This record gives sequence, C-alpha cells and structure tokens, in this order.
Amino acid sequence: MSGILVVGEHRKGELRPVTGELIGAAVALKAATGEPVRVAVIGEAPERYAEALKLEGVDEILTVQAVVDAFDPEIYEASVRALIAAREPSLVLLPHTIDTLGYAAPLVAGDGHGFATDVFGIARDADGWVATRAGYGQKVNVEVDFPGRETVVLTVRPGAYKPVENAGAPSVAAIAAPTVTPRSQHLGFEEPAGSDDVDIPGSEFILSIGRGVGEEDNVEQFKELADAAGATLGCSRPIADSGWLPKARQVGQSGKTAASCKLYIAMGISGSVQHMAGMKHVDTIVAVNTDPEASIFTIARYGVVGDIFEIGQELRNHL
Amino acid sequence: MKILVTIKQVSSLDEDFEIREDGRDVDPDFLLHDLNEWDNYSLEEAMRLKEGPGGDGIEVVVATVGPDSTDEELRKCLAKGADRAIRVWSDELEECDAIGVSRVLAALARKEAPDLIFAGVQASDHAFGATGMAMAGLLGLPHAAVVAALEYEPGGKTAMVRRELEGGTYASVRIDCPAVLTLQLGINTPRYASLRGIKQAAQRPIELLDPASLGMPSDEIGAAGSLSRVRRMYVPEKGRAQMIAGTPAEQAARLAQIIKEFRGEA
Repeated sequence: MSGILVVGEHRKGELRPVTGELIGAAVALKAATGEPVRVAVIGEAPERYAEALKLEGVDEILTVQAVVDAFDPEIYEASVRALIAAREPSLVLLPHTIDTLGYAAPLVAGDGHGFATDVFGIARDADGWVATRAGYGQKVNVEVDFPGRETVVLTVRPGAYKPVENAGAPSVAAIAAPTVTPRSQHLGFEEPAGSDDVDIPGSEFILSIGRGVGEEDNVEQFKELADAAGATLGCSRPIADSGWLPKARQVGQSGKTAASCKLYIAMGISGSVQHMAGMKHVDTIVAVNTDPEASIFTIARYGVVGDIFEIGQELRNHL
Repeated sequence: MKILVTIKQVSSLDEDFEIREDGRDVDPDFLLHDLNEWDNYSLEEAMRLKEGPGGDGIEVVVATVGPDSTDEELRKCLAKGADRAIRVWSDELEECDAIGVSRVLAALARKEAPDLIFAGVQASDHAFGATGMAMAGLLGLPHAAVVAALEYEPGGKTAMVRRELEGGTYASVRIDCPAVLTLQLGINTPRYASLRGIKQAAQRPIELLDPASLGMPSDEIGAAGSLSRVRRMYVPEKGRAQMIAGTPAEQAARLAQIIKEFRGEA
C-alpha cells in the first residue's frame, strides 16, 4: 500500500475550492514521505474537471464515470472503493464536507480502513499515519493513529490547508465505474426562498448576533445598533434556525461567507467551527461575550467579556 | 411502524480541567454531561411523524450506547413522549470510537427492525459526524446525511428529504425506505418536556442490553471494532484576543473607536 489518493468534490459543474486544499495537503505530505499523489474525480463526464486538477505535485488524475453528475452516496462509496482497489493507497484524503458525511463512514465501516474525520493535521511516524483533530467542543486537540490499518481514510477540514496554484503535468487514467443501483435520487438544487436583500458576502462591516440575544424581541435593538454603526446585521445559525432573522443573514459554513468583510463584530456568538468557517479570515474581529472561555476569543483580534445588551446600549451613545 | 432514534450523552469540559494520567483523555471528574443538541431535533422529528396524519401506530424507540449515567438522557426522551428506551453497555465499549459505537447500534437495529432510523448529524463534543451513516453502511440501508427537511407518509415506500449543503444551498432527494437519515439542527422546533412527562419518565423502565446479547462477535466490540485509536489529548496553543478591559462604558468607548477607525473617522 502506497500513495496518497485525493477525491475531489464538485457541485453544479464546478470543482469546489476544498479540492485544491486537499491537493495542497497531499503535495506537502508527498514532500515529507515521497508518496505519489493521485487525484480522483467522479462525475457524469469527469474528464471536464481533469484540466483544473493538473496541478504541481500531482502524479496522476483518475476519472470515474457516474450515471449522474450530482452527488449520490452509494455511487461515491462504490467509486472510492474501486479507486482504493485499483491504486492501493496508504492514505485517502476526502474533504470534510456535507457530501462526504454521506458516504465516507459507510465506506470505512464496511471495509475496515483506518478513519478519522474533520482532521486539520496529518503526519507520518513510526506508528504510521497520525491525524490531529479537535475534541470537547474544540477545547482540546486529539492525536489519533490507526494501528494495523493498511489504508487510512481522513476527511480534512476545509480551510486547513493552502491550495496548490501552479500547474503540473500529471497523466490521466480512467478507472472502470462500478455498477450501482442508487436507492436515492437527486431531484435538484434549491436556494432558500424568503431572503431579504441583504448582501453578507459583499459587506465590509458586519455586526453579527448569536444565541446571546436570548429571545426574538431582543433582535430589533441589534438591528438598530447595526444601522447606527453602518454595519450589515448578520447572525449565527441558532438565530436563523429560530426564524428570528432570514437564512440569508447567517454567516458560516451552511450560510454565507463574509468574503469582503474587514470589520466583524460578533455579539453573543460563542464561535462554533461552522460559524468561524465563514468569518475567521476577517482582518479585524471583535467579539463580545459573557463567557471568557468562548472559542470566538481564540480568533478575534479584540475581545470584550461582558453583557451584549449593556455594551450595545453604551455603544449607541457613541454612534 | 417503528422509528429508531439513536442518541448520545455528550461531555463538555468544566472551566478548569485536567488531562487523565495516561494523556489520552480528560479526567472524567472534569466532564459535564448533557443530551447531544442534535438529538433533540431527531426525537422531535420522530414525534412529529407519530403525532401527524397516519402516525397513530408509530412506535418511537430511543437507543444509546453508554454507561448508567446515560439513562438520564434516555429519560429526557421518554419525558418528551418516546415509547421505549434502550441502553447498550459493557465495559469493553469504553474504548469505542464512532465506528465502534455504530457497530453496536447496527446490531441493535437488526434486532429492532425499524422502518426509519434517525440520528443527529454529529455530536457536540467530538463532532465525528460518522455514527449514523456508518450504521447505515453496516445495515446496508439507503441513507442521506444532513437532512434539513423531511416529508414522509407513515408506511410510505419513499421519503423526500432536503439535504443542507454548504453556502445556503439545498439538494432535494427522494430516498427509498427503510432508510437511515442524519438530521440537522433547525429541521423542527424541539418541544420541552412537561413536568408530568418528567415525573412519569422517572418511573419508566429502560431496557438494558450488552453486545453479547445482541450477538456481536468479539472482534467487533470496543477497540477491536474501532478504526482509530486516541494516542494523545492536549490543550493546543491558541491565539488570544487582546482583551478590552474596563467598565461597560469604557469597553463600549473603545469599541466605538475601532468602528470609527474602520470608517476613517478617527
């Protein structure tokens, strides 16, 4: 067993950026271990993605044809099983994304590969591959190994590795597609309805609220505060889930990315991985939270331990 | 028909905590326990079907893998209306990873033969996001992960699910049943237990099983059935915000200054 296999992800005909990050991780590991890097893509016409995957450090691109281009868990599971059988990698890197959640665990549970999810550190030592992930709500790091496993499958946290930018010249090969009769059927994609005209990705200044607001009636005063400050009002998942603000205002993995944001004020947001995925790149993050141990303080530039209502009211006097 | 809801007792860290002597976990004295946040939604979804049209005959069974203390979480589910609660445990299961747990739950599901299985997308403590889907794989059942909406008529051969993807997109999927679904936060609004429900749940039996009684071979139990091993747990060096001290008025004044600097006014 040798080599590193990366399985790319695409949606609506486009490769997702996390694919490049996984290749970045694999190429760095190749430099450390000498293991060749192979990148696979599964789809209705997988060759269309091959050109964009010809990156520096990649040795081979593998295509697997599928009956549909959209993700299906059983097609992906069977295809990755076929890829592992064909190339016998010692390490398989999958993105830790919604699609992967649907097929990685069934694959490894059946086949007995080493397995860890949401990994942000990978190394190899005398015990074989070693992965680092977080535990207890991101408060500790956990190093796991995989004794006796010839192949280890890791799902890698988006944003954890830098993508490869330079082009390379890998060979391309097709791997025979396994026959699968999917028991679920992709009917289509939807964007949520009922969005107001808010533009989270385009906003330079966002004031976001989280669970700390407590109840729906309290949302209005933060809307007013955001308006007075000249900020766009954003929120974390629980606020959107409760219907207190539209989904279009949700910042994070399943919401919007604060792509243009330069100043982000997080009020009453403890900072889940999913929320931070949408804003941790922002240059100036200010967090206001009653809990001095809140995760958000680990990525914020400025922190205020305090009551968001009190701070909010005082802040109004200055704006 | 029967819906199996698999739940987990999660652990969070006390403000101060110590790593266990072997360096592989936190000393259990410093752990606080609760029902996994996602599991409130899974149970609610089962109750929603049970209380909805054609749901009269639905039996909602909650199950978990864990020691005695886990009964507390099962009772929370009984208090909200679950019909039966099952706990599987033996000391060997202490060393299970998520896949090790899924093997136990799959063995239980074979015995219970439910028409639908609901699990949370992930648990709030270790966030593997693997148990529910691994169980589906082991059972050979159709599956969908991260379901944010479900339409199902009790007894139906298919269900319509809306999978929540990244960036606010959803995928609509029709899936054959029986199926295993992992359910996302926000799929419904979980109820609170009534005082009466809580009192009654305290008296209800919890069925206790062990892996042997489920017919599990020894090479599937605990560490042997797991696919990873914790080597070390440690507190990482983390960045720390520059803390703005003072009274709320002083803190707000500094915050206002940061805003004005951003606006180019200061």
